[in-house]
Amino acid sequence: MPENIDKSETDPIVCLADVNQSFGDTQVIKGISFDVAKGEVICIIGPSGSGKSTLLRCINGLIEIDSGSIKVKDMEVHAPHLDKLALRKLVGMVFQQYNLFPHKTALQNIMMAPIHVLRQDAAEVKERAYQLMKKVRLGGKEDFYPGELSGGQQQRVAIARSLAMNPEVMLFDEVTAALDPETVKEVLVTIRDLAEEGMTCLLVTHEMGFARELADHMYFTDNGVIVEHGPPRKFFEAPEDPRTKEFLSQIL
Amino acid sequence: MFRPRNKRQIPPLNPKHRLAVLLPVRNNEVHASAAELNSDQPPVRRIRSVYLLGLILVFGVSAFAAETQGGADHPSILKTILIWTPLLIKGFGFNILISFMSMAIGTVIGACLGVLQISLLPPIRLSSRVLTQFFRNSPWLVLLFYCMFMLPFEINIGGLRIPFPDWIKAVIGLSLPVMANVSEIVRGAVNSIPSGQWEASESLAFTRRQQIWLIILPQCYKRMLPPWMNLYAILTMATVLASIVGVEEVMTLAGQVLAADGRPELLVPIYSFVLVWFFVYCYPIARWTIRLERKYAVKS
Repeated sequence: MPENIDKSETDPIVCLADVNQSFGDTQVIKGISFDVAKGEVICIIGPSGSGKSTLLRCINGLIEIDSGSIKVKDMEVHAPHLDKLALRKLVGMVFQQYNLFPHKTALQNIMMAPIHVLRQDAAEVKERAYQLMKKVRLGGKEDFYPGELSGGQQQRVAIARSLAMNPEVMLFDEVTAALDPETVKEVLVTIRDLAEEGMTCLLVTHEMGFARELADHMYFTDNGVIVEHGPPRKFFEAPEDPRTKEFLSQIL
Repeated sequence: MFRPRNKRQIPPLNPKHRLAVLLPVRNNEVHASAAELNSDQPPVRRIRSVYLLGLILVFGVSAFAAETQGGADHPSILKTILIWTPLLIKGFGFNILISFMSMAIGTVIGACLGVLQISLLPPIRLSSRVLTQFFRNSPWLVLLFYCMFMLPFEINIGGLRIPFPDWIKAVIGLSLPVMANVSEIVRGAVNSIPSGQWEASESLAFTRRQQIWLIILPQCYKRMLPPWMNLYAILTMATVLASIVGVEEVMTLAGQVLAADGRPELLVPIYSFVLVWFFVYCYPIARWTIRLERKYAVKS
């Protein structure tokens, strides 16, 4: 059953209402609704194929939805005449496979969108790109190509690249799933820093310890619906739904 | 422009030689290039430098054999070939010129066609795909004949008269299959870029045009270079097709030399001689292509 979750009193920045989405005959998302308040960190977990990544892609308009509504800060994402530029300035996304542009250096990766999309002044953008590299603890690696960086470093450049657009919401799609265990932490620390600065974050993740520590609210999805949700303490310690229990027992 | 016809008196062709000797050779050429185009494996890979030795050997042996058969009243075979070499080299230069121009025209138009093939507008995408597939799956020789007979010998544009000599028609005829193949190379390279690159650039608010020109195509150039060079080598070998439609390139001239000399024992040495040149020109391209393929394969 779709349900609207009442969060704190603050206005929600992301609003999903009865979202349905399908690829061909397969319905991937079946009536999902939830709100995310500004500055909140939510984590979405669930078995693979449960529509988590698809859901994130719907939120920044990479995938069209069949019905329902997704609002980001009063902007209807799937309206016919959506200002895509405005939406994507607002919502940054980081991918499992980093997806850095391999023909550009780390610094150029960060600078490209502000220069070509936002048409900002190159010198200012460069200065901010240097700051962002420092922020993700990669000062000195500016002129390295993605192929010369480790997975964790690439992922942090990808985060910096998204931040260069000054988004208000960040989507993280299993950003540590492709990483070596020893580099996972450096990426998680970067995300934690962001969350502590008040960035609204939506994470799809398998890092349970991290989710438990950082999340304000947990969602468990299975087969296109939200099976269970709640604050992390209650979610992990006293799950109610049998599917949640089974999933957590397998993964923890 | 290069016009050997005006400078030399060459006796008329012996029709016997033309039919009996030249046609089978050219037919093989057509089959070879068609087969090469359709296979994914670059054909030039199979070429080894032993082939060059083999060719030179055939050339030497045939020259020697012809020597022993020839009477004393004729100049030696090697001497005869040496006499005709400047003419043949000019013809070969003409082959190279045709290959350059066809490649240039085919590449420019083919690259545009390739980009249209990834258009989001179905009519544009489909029509460019149909065009590409049509020319890619047509025999080169048939396309050449079409251009020869369908194109006018000159075009009048508002009083300006642009002549269309045969060799220009040959260039256009050969550039059509090149265009289609370049179009497919571009499409293939674009499709080989991981979809994450499109997603990432879209999520950063790049427009479709910016995605193609700033993100996708710059990553394609390296991937396109080896198949493009391979195509050039195939095109160069296919330029001899122009002899069938009367362009005075190296094969035509070789036929004329044979007719002028009138000695059948000259036949194998002359064509071996021409083969050696094509090999010497195309083989380094093939080696270079393989080196580039290896280099880029390691990096990606």
